[in-house]
Amino acid sequence: MKILVPVKRVIDYNVKVRVKPDQSGVELANVKMAMNPFDEIAVEQALRIKEAGQADEIILVSVGPTQSQETIRTGLAMGADRGIHIEADQETEPLSVAKCLKAVVDKEQPGLVLCGKQAIDDDSNQTGQMLSALLGWAQATFASGVELAGDNAAIIREVDGGLEHISVKMPAVITVDLRLNEPRYASLPNIMKAKKKPIDQMSAADLGVDTTPRLTTVKVEEPAARQAGIKVGSVSELVDKLKNEAKVI
Amino acid sequence: MSILVIADHNNETILPATLNAVAAAGEIGGDISVLIAGSGCDAAANAAAEIAGVSTVLVADADEYTYGLAENVAPLISGIASNYSHILAPATTYGKNIMPRVAALIDTVQISDIIKVVDVATFQRPIYAGNALATVSSNEAVKIITVRSTAFEPAAASGGTAKIEAVPVTGEAGLSRFEKSELSKSERPELTSAGIVVSGGRGMQDGANFVMLEKVADKLGAAVGASRAAVDAGFVPNDYQVGQTGKVVAPDLYMAVGISGAIQHLAGMKDSKVIVAINKDDEAPIFQVADYGLVADLFDAVPELDKELG
Repeated sequence: MKILVPVKRVIDYNVKVRVKPDQSGVELANVKMAMNPFDEIAVEQALRIKEAGQADEIILVSVGPTQSQETIRTGLAMGADRGIHIEADQETEPLSVAKCLKAVVDKEQPGLVLCGKQAIDDDSNQTGQMLSALLGWAQATFASGVELAGDNAAIIREVDGGLEHISVKMPAVITVDLRLNEPRYASLPNIMKAKKKPIDQMSAADLGVDTTPRLTTVKVEEPAARQAGIKVGSVSELVDKLKNEAKVI
Repeated sequence: MSILVIADHNNETILPATLNAVAAAGEIGGDISVLIAGSGCDAAANAAAEIAGVSTVLVADADEYTYGLAENVAPLISGIASNYSHILAPATTYGKNIMPRVAALIDTVQISDIIKVVDVATFQRPIYAGNALATVSSNEAVKIITVRSTAFEPAAASGGTAKIEAVPVTGEAGLSRFEKSELSKSERPELTSAGIVVSGGRGMQDGANFVMLEKVADKLGAAVGASRAAVDAGFVPNDYQVGQTGKVVAPDLYMAVGISGAIQHLAGMKDSKVIVAINKDDEAPIFQVADYGLVADLFDAVPELDKELG
């Protein structure tokens, strides 16, 4: 079985984002980029499934600018086998990414697609569910437990009230949550090896997908800054302030 | 405008976030319908019919909708989508799971997690964990939207007199199966709709120490939350998590105890009206957003707070 793992290049989660002065978006120039953290968890899960003998090959796909190949290399250094880079210069919306991924799935015929549950840049939380719909496959979102058994996968999902256990028919799209696993670090020898692993290149147009955005971004702005308040000296002063000044208790 | 709101419910009652989504629909303006997809869901349908501002409640009552599986519910919604200009769902795990599947089935882009209705086609939503706000506009014939509940005051749960109509059901997709749920049992208010939230972080050191916070919470009628660090460390279950990838809360009072204030935590609580931080590290970033900060060892301060509250 092949496993397909879509990976996205995003601003590193440690970087404080800055809005561009012209409000057209967020400053991306000279900012440290990294693999979306949820996608790292998806790559790790794919590796564990392969190490357990339940998969033969892990293919990473990234839709984005040329530098997305660095993100693919990061996953190849973790242990994935090969990559597919779908070139797209402008910002892509989840629906067009899902269409690109569907085209790749049609060609590669993986038995499982493992995605991060959301990307930490646009926080959309859409692509996995959309891909699943386009394929007519089962979907298992927000997974914190994944067990493959023959034609089914037993999934534990993190839902609002706690946890939910479901069983999905394979092939399926699984989107992973934070607590599924802790991704490994790439070792130096594996980083060297990853440089020789193949990355196929194509464009969205090659796949017959139009990635022109359908939403118009009117503006991007900073949220109103919250003013730091005061320090209180004691618990009794705190309770007094909450009762008599803020009047919230 | 003709707006459909997808209710998040448990067949018996409507979950509070649904009322916030109805409120967002009210801001768009137009005729508002609510869809209840469930089984044996008459009670939920009746409750929906009482929501102020709703004209029609659509009920799809069949076994395949019992557990809200996306593969079964999405075709139901996509099948009636063309009757509406907007389809809204609360951005709960239920709404987040189903709506993108609906959007893809009708080849439409989705706008996730809106916090403001600018006009019928333009909406504001947070990106980068709320560190930037994007205003986007959509020309789609049917606008598929999820609504951040804390950004909209809930519609009144009573006073409405909507008519209830059955809609044809769409059948079992046969792709997924519900096995069981492990829901946290709590007598306390629900985290996302509580007026006061008391949250603990890594500084709590152990799950057993959350009992201290629970005592304070019970005196205040508060919900108990936690930072990602506390959940990752196994102190409390996942559904306690407040933050970018957990729950977003905006209570009247948010007390952060032993929470340093990582960006992803702030994303989940910085719209609270009053924020209190108790932390022994006076450099902790949480103090930059706190209205009232107390630099103290929480193991002294929390029992004292408990005593002060009588």
